[in-house]
Amino acid sequence: MSIVSAVVEVTLSTVHDVLPIAAIIFGFQFLVLRRKPANLGAILWGFGWVLVGLSLFLLGLEWCLFPLGRMMAEQLTDPAFIQASHGLKEGSGEINWKDYYWVYIFAFTIGFSTTIAEPSLIAVAIKANEVSGGAISISGLRISVALGVAVGISLGCYRIVVGDPIHWYIIGGYVLVVLQTTVAPRLIIPLAYDSGGVTTSTVTVPLVAALGLGLSETVPGRNPLFDGFGLIAFASLFPILSVMAYAQLAEFRARITRRKSKDNIN
Amino acid sequence: MSIFRTQQLVCWPLPSIEIDVTSTLRKLLKAMLGSLRDLLPIFLVIVFFQFGVLQQPLPNVGQLLLGVLFVVLGLTFFIHGLEQGLFPIGESMATAFARKGSLFWLVTFAFCLGFGTTVAEPALIAVAAEAADVAAAGAMIEASDTAREEYATGLRYTVAFSVGLAIVIGVVRILKGWPLQWLIIAGYVLVVIMTTFAPEEIIGIAYDSGGVTTSTITVPLVTALGVGLASSIRGRNPMIDGFGLIALASLTPMIFVMGYGMLIQ
Repeated sequence: MSIVSAVVEVTLSTVHDVLPIAAIIFGFQFLVLRRKPANLGAILWGFGWVLVGLSLFLLGLEWCLFPLGRMMAEQLTDPAFIQASHGLKEGSGEINWKDYYWVYIFAFTIGFSTTIAEPSLIAVAIKANEVSGGAISISGLRISVALGVAVGISLGCYRIVVGDPIHWYIIGGYVLVVLQTTVAPRLIIPLAYDSGGVTTSTVTVPLVAALGLGLSETVPGRNPLFDGFGLIAFASLFPILSVMAYAQLAEFRARITRRKSKDNIN
Repeated sequence: MSIFRTQQLVCWPLPSIEIDVTSTLRKLLKAMLGSLRDLLPIFLVIVFFQFGVLQQPLPNVGQLLLGVLFVVLGLTFFIHGLEQGLFPIGESMATAFARKGSLFWLVTFAFCLGFGTTVAEPALIAVAAEAADVAAAGAMIEASDTAREEYATGLRYTVAFSVGLAIVIGVVRILKGWPLQWLIIAGYVLVVIMTTFAPEEIIGIAYDSGGVTTSTITVPLVTALGVGLASSIRGRNPMIDGFGLIALASLTPMIFVMGYGMLIQ
């Protein structure tokens, strides 16, 4: 019975979130555009699927992934665990930033895997594949975005551990983005910028926030109020770089194949 | 002619519910296999860390398994609904606005979409509350509940306004065909300049706020809108001009949150 009531509760809250969006869309559709969309029945069914799907997805995450992920973030950042993994006695000696290596590995792998499952990224990848006529593969884009998030979150964790000010990293990232924009294929640039924003939503944010909070609570000298933030910013910045790199790589490979096929003809 | 139009208006037929059950099922099954593949990496990471690194048993296995089932089904249904509902409506609206040719209504719609989808976003509500705690701890505002509430609400409306503005700028950019990178780089310069003036406590939150504003339902809609607009305007390339709305929507909140922090200080 509690399962049913939980499902109902989450569905109601999803409806509550979707309602303003639906009101805007259908309001404009019927009052301003005054044109019935071609397949209204299918669209309404589609909204229903989205609603049910998102509710189930959120509920499932709340039951399996989030509690486990939060617990892991807590345990991995716990000084006792870090000392134990080095055979140190509790409370003896300083913890070096290198001793947090399990945290970085966790940040990398969880960043990668949650981004692969991020529904909004799947949506953008489907669209990009369609618009590019198949030149941008769905999985290629998702994997490169996920790699960007993975690197970004690991670097963000390192920053929290050593306690550097965040703005130097972000400004440095911006400089890289600007430089890479000048050499990346022109077609990929808007998509690359977009992928920075889509990576961090339903699945990634709660886990990443837990990781940042866990780290800033347990690393000596960090204040969770001020240092716990910033991981999401890292996770939105690095995919821009990795998606541009993905396009550059694809272009490079295409050039090599072209040269090879030309050689074969000669 | 005008009579004809009113008649059309009045006689909208109810949505016909003819859905080919077997083809829907086949699509769902295919989507489910895709979802399983998408969720496999998370599963592997969790298993590796739980058993390999932390060496602990899984708590509450029954609920966990049910959760996994829900996640798989949920992702499947969502993707299915995305292609049936969110993408088509976003695109058909973009085409309809382009055909209507009224800039005023297009801009109004863009603003409403950005503002309306952000103001109630749960992630934003959470971040705004945390930001209020930080502000109270940094003695920027009074440490009372009403002051915090006021600060959080103000911040939420600021961010929602900035996202509405971002979608408007993005739509105008698509119409005019401005290159996205100049807008984004100008935004970056503004972020860097404001970072030097904004109170230090707000910087981390401001940077994060860019990432949390774009929700799972907004992203497909806004993407379909941009691509649809770029496809229906002559001379625009959907790849170059169609994308970029989300990038702008993740940039403006950073600027506005820092601005808000400076104002309240």
